[in-house]
Amino acid sequence: MQGYFYFVAKRALLMLAVIFFGVSAMFLVTYLSPIDPVEQVLGRLSARSNLSPEAIASTREALTAMFGTGQPMLTQYFNFWTRLLQGDLGASLMAFPTPAMELVMRGMPWTLGLLLTSTVITFIIGNLMGGLAGYFQNNRFFKAFGIVTMGLQPIPYYIVAFIILIIFGFLWPVLPISGGFGMDVRPGWTMPFILSVLQHSLLPALSLVLVGLGGWFIGMRALVSNIVTEDYVTYAELAGVKRDTIVGAYVMRNALVPQVTALAMVIGGVFSGTIITEQVFNYPGMGSLLVDAVNAGDYSTVLAVCTVSITAVAFAIFIVDLLHPLLDPRVRAE
Amino acid sequence: MFAVFRDLIRYNVEFAIGLVLVGIMVIFASLSFFSPVDPSMIYMAIPDQPPSAQYWFGTNSRGQELFWQLSAAFKNSLIFGITVAVLSRIISITVGLAAGYLGGWVDRVLMFINDIFVAVPIFPILVLFYFVLRNNMDSFTMALILACFGWPFDARLIRSVALGLKHREFTRHAVFAGMSTRKVLLEEHLPYVMPIVFSTFMNNMLWSIGMEVTLAVLGFTNINNPTIGTVLYWANSHSAMVVGVWWWIVIPVILIVMTFLGLFLLAVSMNEYIDPRSRLRRMGA
Repeated sequence: MQGYFYFVAKRALLMLAVIFFGVSAMFLVTYLSPIDPVEQVLGRLSARSNLSPEAIASTREALTAMFGTGQPMLTQYFNFWTRLLQGDLGASLMAFPTPAMELVMRGMPWTLGLLLTSTVITFIIGNLMGGLAGYFQNNRFFKAFGIVTMGLQPIPYYIVAFIILIIFGFLWPVLPISGGFGMDVRPGWTMPFILSVLQHSLLPALSLVLVGLGGWFIGMRALVSNIVTEDYVTYAELAGVKRDTIVGAYVMRNALVPQVTALAMVIGGVFSGTIITEQVFNYPGMGSLLVDAVNAGDYSTVLAVCTVSITAVAFAIFIVDLLHPLLDPRVRAE
Repeated sequence: MFAVFRDLIRYNVEFAIGLVLVGIMVIFASLSFFSPVDPSMIYMAIPDQPPSAQYWFGTNSRGQELFWQLSAAFKNSLIFGITVAVLSRIISITVGLAAGYLGGWVDRVLMFINDIFVAVPIFPILVLFYFVLRNNMDSFTMALILACFGWPFDARLIRSVALGLKHREFTRHAVFAGMSTRKVLLEEHLPYVMPIVFSTFMNNMLWSIGMEVTLAVLGFTNINNPTIGTVLYWANSHSAMVVGVWWWIVIPVILIVMTFLGLFLLAVSMNEYIDPRSRLRRMGA
């Protein structure tokens, strides 16, 4: 049990380090950039309207106070953290005066829902098929499945989403290709709304699953095809243990441990993929918000999305890491 | 070296297919050096012409010949991918070999940093870079940023090989013979990790070109520099699919899929080649 606590403490430290490093890097990028956010926002404001010089001057003052630029670097850095810990990243500029954090929180359930369901589906299908393909190495079906998923795996998220969009948008329009739910349903915990959400999430989830499958498939097949040559598997086969038990409890169970570690490593990448896919399907999550915010020059919202994504990914990795000792008794015993 | 290639082509269909695909794309991309038109110029040809004998890949709504446009785009994207791969290989070899050989607290610190880099989601960070740099973000800056994030997985792989090399006889001999640490790493250990470096080179190219495509399609790079992503960006912004200029989308997508599959097959087959067990199985021994 002590080993487990040691493990958790180490992982928690890593999570905090990731958040600290990520947020500090973000601060440095914005601090060292040659472009002043105040001037950028002012440029956008004055381009659209006819402001008097006095109004511009007072806006500049207000913005400087809001962003806290003009102070020494360490003070700015300290203030940045203080505001972050309070969950206050200032008002969004594209939806003034809604706080940027509130916009992010509105998008978060969509992104997390998409990420969670597609990751779970991909992990289960990919590992199951990969494991079976590794065990039944001459089975035609698994071979064909492997070729298809491996062919899809290297293609960038954007291109796969785009191909799906073309197929279901232009060639065979049966599923909705845009938005998070139908225009004609009211948000709420009602049957039509839930159905509509599920229907709209099908295509984005499909594109994520298609890209993700190959990696799990290849990894699991390689692991299993190595494990089946081990003596204990031969022994179990000779001893007449049922095949299902060998595949499920002896072979795949052991191969699963490194795969769960791998899950923690790919979450960051899958998260990036999710927000890319969202943009293609106009899904109302954090990805679409990020792109809109960049296009609108909305400084606070971009920072808020980046902070929340770094924190969320670090936390997700932490959770997956906690699962690891439950599967691998050696970590518990350490 | 040639024997290795001959064996790979003979016994490994995936390697052969990958080599052909990548070969075609490299030839296609290098045609750009002999391009009769400047790919950054617009309205040089009749717009919206479907593929024909005169315009092999058709022309787009901006009056560019897609053949030369795409050739330049693939040249730029491949060069971009190679830049990122070379830069991040340098980091991952240094970190991986040092962590594996030196061990102790150096290893722990380096792997801690490594874990941090693995966990940070790269896409929001890249968008943030674009957001603050705007038009100062040229492809070399982007290559540098991606290289800074593209090394950790491979550094870990290299470290695991280096860990095994550390206790081998020849390392001990080299140390007793008075070789410096740097020399041991570069002259004794580096050759052993080269196969991994080659196979991860391809994977890294895939990843970085994919990131570039994504950013460019959203318009978050210098959109006047023809790359795979910016070609799609312009096609989208002219609603090519809706207007019926399908070749502006379909041809680039086919070429992208060919490139990615080719690079991926090369990486996979090289990976398999590293593992002697699967190599023997393939050769029928």
